[in-house]
Amino acid sequence: MLETNYFVVLAGLLFAIGAVTALTRRNAIMMFMAIELMLNAANLALVAFARQWQQLDGQLFVFFVMTVAASEVAVGLALIVSIFKSRSSTDVDDLHSMKG
Amino acid sequence: MNELLLVLPPLIFALGGVVLLMVDLAIPRERKSLTAGMAAVVSAAAALCAILQWGLAGSGFQGMISVDGVALALDALVGVIGVMTIGLSLRYNALRGILRGEFFVLMLFSLSGMALIGHAANLLTIFLAIELLSIPLYVLSGIARPRLDSEESAMKYFLLGAFASGFLVFGMALVYGATGQLSLTGIARTLITSTSVPLLVVGAALMLVGLGFKVAAAPFHMWTPDVYQGAPTTVTAFMSTATKAAGFVALLRVFGVALGDLANVWQPAFAALSALTMMIGNLGALTQINLKRMLAYSSIAHAGYLLMGLAAGGVSGVRGVVFYLPAYAAASLAAFAAMTAAHNGEEDQSISAYAGLSRTRPGWALVMAVAMLSLLGIPPTAGFVGKYMLFQSAIDVGLVPLAVIGVLTSVVSGYYYLRVIVTMYFEAPPEGVAVTKGNRLSLHWVTGAIAAAASIVLGILPAPLINAVTAGVTSIR
Repeated sequence: MLETNYFVVLAGLLFAIGAVTALTRRNAIMMFMAIELMLNAANLALVAFARQWQQLDGQLFVFFVMTVAASEVAVGLALIVSIFKSRSSTDVDDLHSMKG
Repeated sequence: MNELLLVLPPLIFALGGVVLLMVDLAIPRERKSLTAGMAAVVSAAAALCAILQWGLAGSGFQGMISVDGVALALDALVGVIGVMTIGLSLRYNALRGILRGEFFVLMLFSLSGMALIGHAANLLTIFLAIELLSIPLYVLSGIARPRLDSEESAMKYFLLGAFASGFLVFGMALVYGATGQLSLTGIARTLITSTSVPLLVVGAALMLVGLGFKVAAAPFHMWTPDVYQGAPTTVTAFMSTATKAAGFVALLRVFGVALGDLANVWQPAFAALSALTMMIGNLGALTQINLKRMLAYSSIAHAGYLLMGLAAGGVSGVRGVVFYLPAYAAASLAAFAAMTAAHNGEEDQSISAYAGLSRTRPGWALVMAVAMLSLLGIPPTAGFVGKYMLFQSAIDVGLVPLAVIGVLTSVVSGYYYLRVIVTMYFEAPPEGVAVTKGNRLSLHWVTGAIAAAASIVLGILPAPLINAVTAGVTSIR
C-alpha cells in the first residue's frame, strides 16, 4: 500500500498550481478552471486521508464537495455568459468600471 | 422529530424558500411585493422561532448538528436583518426595476445557510452552510444585470468567493488528515494527541484564509469595495450585515470550538489580522468620495474590531463579538436605508450628493447621522458599547497594543464618518432639489427609523442584550 504522504504531496502540488493559475490568469473561464482544480486537490487529499484513517467520512465529504462544485459551475457559467453578452469579453481586466 | 427541533430556524428559511419559489410562479409580475411580504413573514417566523427556543441546547443528526445560545442568537439576528432588508427592498428594487420574486427566494436560501452555520457541528456542515449562503449571494449581487457594475460585482464576488472556498476545503482536508475527525468536538478531543501538528497548523491557516475572505478581513479584503459598490444597495446592506455575522460565527465554531486547544498558535495570527484589517479598512475609507465604497471600507474596518474579540478569546471576547454583530448591523442598515432613500430613481453614490440633506430630508439626515455616530462609536450608541466590550476584552488578556491600534484607528475613522454628517448638515443642498418637510410614513422610513432607534436603544440600555449574549456564549458546545 502506497504511503499517504505521496497523495498529500500531489494534492498540495495540484492545489498550488490551481491557486497560482487563479491568481495569474486573466480569463474568467481559466480562473474558474483553476478554482475547480483547487477543489479537486482537496478531494484527493480527503480520499487519501480517509484511506489512511480507514474511514468513510472523508470519502463522503468528497461527494458533497463535488455537488457544491457543480452548483458553483451553474452559477459561475451563467455569470460568465451574462458578462460575455454585455461586453463580448471574459477577460477580468475588462472589469474595471469601479475604482478607488 | 425531536432532532428537527434542533435545526428549526434554518429549516424554516429553507422550506419557506422552496415553497415561495413555487408560489411565486402564480404571482403576476406587477404584484411581486406579495412575494416580498411572504418572504418577510418566513424570515420573521424563523427569528421568532429562535427566540422562543432560547435556552435550547443539544446535538443530533449523528453529531452533524448542534444548537446553543450563539446559534439561536445568529438565527434571530439574520432573521431580523432579513425582514429589514426586505423592508428596504420594496421601494429601492421597484425604482431600479429589480423587484423580482427570485430576489426574495434567493435571500431566504442565503439566510438558511447563514442560520445553519450556527448549528453546524461538523466541518462538512460548516462547508455546506457557507456555500449555501454564498451561492445565492453571487446571484443576488448580479441581479441588476445587464447593468455593468452589478455584473462586475457578481463576477468578482463569485471568482474570489469560489477561490476562498478552495482554501477552506483544502484546509478542512488537512485538519481531517491530522486528526481523523470531521466533527468539531471530535477534532477538539484528538487535538492534544495528534502527532501531525504541522499538518494541523497548515490546515488551520488555510481555513483562516478561506473564512477571512468571507468576513472581508485584510489582506483578503480586495474584493469588498468593488463588490459592495456594484451590487444593488439592498444586497450590499444584506451582505455587509448578515454575511459578516455568519462568517464570524463560522470562525468562532471552527477556531473556538474545534481548535480551541490550539489557541496559542492561532490567537497571535488573529491579533495580527485584526491590526492589519483595522488599519487598512480605516485608512482606505479616508480617501473615498463614494459613500457606498466608504461604507465598504468601514465594513472591513469593523471586521478588524470584531477579530480583536476573537483574538482575545474567552467569554468576554466572544461576548463582545456577539454583541457587536447586532450593534454593527443596526448602524449599517440605518446607513444603507438612508442612502437608498435620499434619492429617487438613479442613485447618486457620491458623498457630495448628500449635501444639505438635513434641509431637504431632515428625517433621513438624522437616521444617517445616528448611523455614522454608532459606526464611529460615540456614546450613547450601540457602537460605543460594542467597541468598549471588544477593547476591554483585548486589554484583559494583555493585548494592549492591539487595543491601542483599535482606539487610534477609531479616531482616524472619525474623519470620514463625521465628514458625512458635516456634508449633510452644514453644506447647502444642490440646486433644484425639492425640500420635503417631514417624511411620509412609508415602510422604507419605518425600517430606517427602527434601525437607527435600535442603535441608540442598544447604546442606552445594553444590559438585557449583554446578559442574553453572555448566557448564549457560555452555552457554546
